Order: sequence, then C-alpha cells, then structure tokens
Amino acid sequence: MAETMPDTLIGAMAPPVIRSGPAAWLRKHFFATWYDAVFSVLFAVLIVWVLQALLQWTVIDAIWRVENRDLCTREAGACWAVIESRGRLILFGLYPFDEQWRSTLACLAIIVTIALSCLPAFWSFKRLPALWIAGFGIFVLLMRGGFAGLPLVTSEQWGGLSLTLFIFSGVVVIGMPLAVLFALARRSSLPVIAKSFGFFIDIVRSLPLLALLFAAAVVVPLLLPDALAGNKLMRVVVAFAIFFAAYQAEIIRAGLQSIPNGQGEAAVALGMPYWSRVIDILLPQAFRNTLPSTINQAVITFKETSIVTIIGFFEVMASGNAAIGNGEWGNQYVEVYVFLALIYFVFVFGLSRYGAWLEQRMRLGHD
Amino acid sequence: MTRLLASQKFRRLAFQSGFIVCVGLVVLSAILVGHRNIAAQGIATGFSFLERTTGWPVNFAVIPVTAGSTYAWVLWAGLLNTMLVGFLTLLLATLLGLVLALFRVSSNTLMKLVGTTYVEVFRNVPVILQVFFWYALLTHLPSPREAIRLGVVVLSNRGLMFPSATLSGADLLILLAAVLMTGFALWIPARRTGAMLRWSLAGVLLATFFAALLLSFREIGEPLWSVPELKGLRFVGGITLKPEFAALLIGLVLFGAAYICEIIRGGLLSVDRGKLEAGTALGLTGFQVNRLIRIPLAIRAMLPSLTNQYVWLMKATTVGIAIGYPDYFAIVSTSINQTGQTLELLALLMAGFILINYSISFAMNRINDHIKIKGRS
Repeated sequence: MAETMPDTLIGAMAPPVIRSGPAAWLRKHFFATWYDAVFSVLFAVLIVWVLQALLQWTVIDAIWRVENRDLCTREAGACWAVIESRGRLILFGLYPFDEQWRSTLACLAIIVTIALSCLPAFWSFKRLPALWIAGFGIFVLLMRGGFAGLPLVTSEQWGGLSLTLFIFSGVVVIGMPLAVLFALARRSSLPVIAKSFGFFIDIVRSLPLLALLFAAAVVVPLLLPDALAGNKLMRVVVAFAIFFAAYQAEIIRAGLQSIPNGQGEAAVALGMPYWSRVIDILLPQAFRNTLPSTINQAVITFKETSIVTIIGFFEVMASGNAAIGNGEWGNQYVEVYVFLALIYFVFVFGLSRYGAWLEQRMRLGHD
Repeated sequence: MTRLLASQKFRRLAFQSGFIVCVGLVVLSAILVGHRNIAAQGIATGFSFLERTTGWPVNFAVIPVTAGSTYAWVLWAGLLNTMLVGFLTLLLATLLGLVLALFRVSSNTLMKLVGTTYVEVFRNVPVILQVFFWYALLTHLPSPREAIRLGVVVLSNRGLMFPSATLSGADLLILLAAVLMTGFALWIPARRTGAMLRWSLAGVLLATFFAALLLSFREIGEPLWSVPELKGLRFVGGITLKPEFAALLIGLVLFGAAYICEIIRGGLLSVDRGKLEAGTALGLTGFQVNRLIRIPLAIRAMLPSLTNQYVWLMKATTVGIAIGYPDYFAIVSTSINQTGQTLELLALLMAGFILINYSISFAMNRINDHIKIKGRS
C-alpha cells in the first residue's frame, strides 16, 4: 500500500458553496448554463403562446349553444355546440332514447367497480372476483333489461361509452382467470402442457390484436357448429380476452418467478395440495409483486378497445366518427375528437396515476 | 391396477396424452366443420388463387400495382407497405423519443414540463383516435389551388408535398455503397486504428461518395432537387405523401415517441449514480461521462423494453385500415372479401406478422448479445 501513496498530499478543496433563496433556485432550474438560459426563454415564449392560443380557442372564442351554431366558422373558436347536439349519440350510440338512463347507471356500475377494486380492502381472492362478477352482472342486467317492466334492449343496439366499458370489463372478467390458467400451465412440470401453452402464448403475442378480432368475427363461425358460434360481440370479447390473457399470463409468470423457491417448498413440506398452494401462497404474492404491470396492462387494454370500431362495433370511437360523419357537423371534427380524447384521458390517466402511486408506495414498503 | 393409478409417472403420462387427444379432437372437428361450411359456400381451397388477378386497384404501393396484378403480387405490395410505414415509424419515433427523454432528464424545469406534458397527452389517448384526428386534419386542408406553403413544403388535401432529390438507380446504388463502406469503416476494431482515425476515415469515405454522387453521375445543368409546382389542378414534382400514409405515420410516430421517451428515460435513470460520480472523480468531463458511462449502460438497460415496443408499433400499423391505408392487413382483409379464401389468407397474415416481428426480435437480441457486459450471466 505504502508505495502507491503520493509523496505529498493534494491540497483540500474548498467546501461547495451552498446557495439558497429564490435567485439560486431560478439559476439552478432555469439559467444553469448559457444554453439552459436560451432554452428557458424559448420554451417560456412557446408555452405562453400555446396556452394563450388554447385558451382563446377552447373558451374565449368558443361557441357553446346550438342556437348560435351559425356563428361556427373556421375563424371562430371551438364549436362546442356539436357536443350539445351530438353528445348523446357519442355517449350512448343507438341505445333507445328513453332508456338511456339505464346506460348511464350501467356505466356508473362499472366505474364504481373499477374504483372499488383500487382499494386494498378488496384485494383478496374471494372479494375481487365477486366484486367484478357483481359489477359486470349489474351492467348486463341494466343494459339488457327484459325484466321488471324494463324493455329488452339487445346487444346490437348497445353503443357509445357503455359498449366501450362493456368490452373492457368483459375482457378483464374473462381474461384474468384465463391469464392465471395460462401462466400456471406454462410453468407446469408436465412438458407437453408447458410447451404447448408456451407456443400458444407466443403466437398470440406476435399477432396484431386487430387480426385476432377479425378472425373471431369472420372465421370462427366457419369453424364452429352454428350452435356454438354465439353472437359476434361475444366472440370478439372472448378473442380480445384471449389476447389480454396472453399478455397478462407473462406478467403473472414473472410474478411467480420472483417468489423465492422456499415459499412453494415450505407449502409442499406442510402437505398442502397443489391448488391450495397456488391459491393461498403463490398467486397472492405474484399479483402483489406485479400490480403496477397489471394496471399498465389494464390501461393498454382500455385504450385498445377502440380497435373494435374497425370491425364494425359502435363503441365510443365509432359513435364519435358517426357524429361528424354526416354533413351537418362535418367541420367540427376537432371538437369531437378532443371530446373523445378527454373521455379516454380521464380513464387512462386516472388509472395510470393510480398505478404510479401504488408503485411508489410498494417501493417504500420494500426499502 | 390401483398400483398403476397411484403411480405418479403413469398419471402424468395419462394426463398429457389426454391433453394431446383433446387438442387433436378440437382441431380435427374444426377442420371438418370448416371444410363442410366452405364446401357449402362453393369456395375452392388451396393457394391457387394467388395466381389469379385481383381486379381491384390499390391506392398506395411502393411497387407498381394495377387491377391486373396477381394476388401474390398485391399481397407482397401490402407487406412492403406495412414495412415501409413500420420501419419509418420506428426510426422517427426513436429520434423524437430520444429528444423528449433528454428534455425529461434535463435539469431545466421548463424543458421537463414540456416533455412531461407531451408524454401524458400523447400516451393516454388511443392511437386509432390520433390517426383519425390527423387524417381528418389532412383531408380538410385546402385544395391544391389554395394550398398552404411553408417554405418549400406544400400542404393540401391531396397530401403533403416535399422537394425531393432527383436520384437515378445508379445514384441509389452509390448511396448504398457509401453507407455500407461507412458502416464497414466504423466496424474496424478501435484498438487497431484508434477511434479518431476510424471516425475521420468514415467521414472522408462518406464525403467522397457523396461528392461522386453529386458530380459524376448527372447531366450538366440537371437540377439536384425537384420542387412541387402547381400545374393546372394538381401539383407535379417533388415527393407527395398521401393523406392516408402521412396521417398513419404522424399518428404512430407521435404516439410511439411518448412510449419510447419513457423507455429511454427509464434507461438513463437506471444508471447507478455512483458510476457517474466515479467517472467524474476520475477526471472525465460531463460529456465524457455521458458518452462513456451513462449511454452505454443505459442502452443495455433499455434494449429489452425497446424490442417489445418496436414489435408493438409494428403491429399497431394495422390501424391503417381504418383510414384506407393499404397495409398488409388491409390487403388481406380485402382479399378475403373478394375470394372467400379465409383460412389461407389468415395463415398468410399470421406468417407475415410473425416473420416481421421475429426479425425485429432477432436483430435486437443480436445487438443485445453483442453489447451486453461479458462474463455476467
């Protein structure tokens, strides 16, 4: 050691100057270097200009009421009259006008279900499935009707936001148990089962969702006897659920792999049978470990429900297109698309913020 | 018998055989039912339809396609369309994502704000809605006579028009050679030549070939650029991006960039601060710390997620069908409507996407193997 030591010691550096106060804060965050200063000024101008233009368009110059729709020109601001006139079409699609309160209640049921499943009090293997089956059941009963004096509304007439929520919740309710099954099968100790499910999951993951949905809508009726084919909406929801399950299975598998071997071995040593081992020991930990990815998958699925518009379903994206499809409101496409974007944004942003918060909280627990 | 049933080996064997038999039965009955249904509709099976002419036009293709082209040729054109818009999306989204990631990790609060706002806005709206929006915007542009001119770029409802380089086939060959030579020069191991020599060699080669390209292979006085000009009711010259292509590309790039930004940012933030501080302590400058420590380590951390994102974006090009861009999926679905050869065409569809996606995964995994820290796992 001694020979590596220098003969003379380097002089000690002065302690760093700690600056505080508003001037130092400004310098650190906006004017640290000359190019920071240039960027700050440029971006400040840009932000002010964009905000000002946005405010002008969305609020100050906007036309709100249908009575004033003659004022809607290219030069004027946003023409929100289109939402007043076409809002019901966008939200409810072709659902009978007098029954739209049912569609509203059904949407609320799903939203409450999503909100409740964010509460840790519901995170158990009995409560969560019960909650979702109840929420989904209430939704279908309300939308379909046909009892207690409620007129029957078949699924061909469902549309708008309620159809979007139906597809989303149907995919989650069917897809989640499938995902658990796929993940367990892929980790099975039986080579034939593990290999064939691995192959199946990889194939589904490498296909575009649209191709799978298209196959479900068009091809499956060719391959199934008529009695089993069901209606088109059901087939598409099941195909979507299989797609969701293939992705979610890989997330659960990662969660299962992150559990120390000792956990499963301890359960075997205690003589617990396979299913009890899986349900009481492994899956709860696997889900807890992968909650952020699971929420992320739900967020992606919610956005991807908009794809079904291509194969002819009247969900909120398609009803938005229908609202501007005829000549009457054809020039108000920006307003309608902004409205649709806001609807998606509320759901997706809310869920992903919740996921980020959860991730933060779990990290705190681990450190 | 009971001993046989109690033996775990036998039970495992029986269960797996049972599984194979069940899957086999399901597949077999699907084939039988499918065969009967298809025969009932009077559709021939097999791939002979690929030789037939289609009889319908395709509004966008990089290879010449007419109504007299065969199905095989039109499907190939569709696959090329998917790859064109897909690879352009990957390239542009990665560049934009990188810029946004640098915004988000900068110490400048305003840049951070701009980056964060961008990501939250574009990531939280479905890509198909964004593509519809851009398509509506582009098709509502004024007609060619009242086209908007931004310098040399012309915007009209017929598409976006840019000036283009007038390149012949020979020019393109030279360009390809220049790129290959530059790549080769960069590939020469650094310790034999020294990094400086390597870079300057590459620069010299590239410059030489560009000069050769511009000077020797064109007629005297032939313009280097073709600029779009209004002739009668339409524009001629330059390169035109049709509204379908442009809307799909813009929508996918802006959406993909938001995700890629987050992946790159995650990679940059994953680099242990101690390593960066160690670099500073060794006397490296801030730029050297970034180039030699931060970026190489960050790339290793982000490659797997980036691969997934690339595959995802490639698959997302299928939303092009919603606005009439004839990508592979759109061509396949039109062919299904026209011929009724559902199963054959779906098999081709699957094969096409599996081919593209496995190539991406393969290339990215090769890069990953090449750069990963040797000696660890």
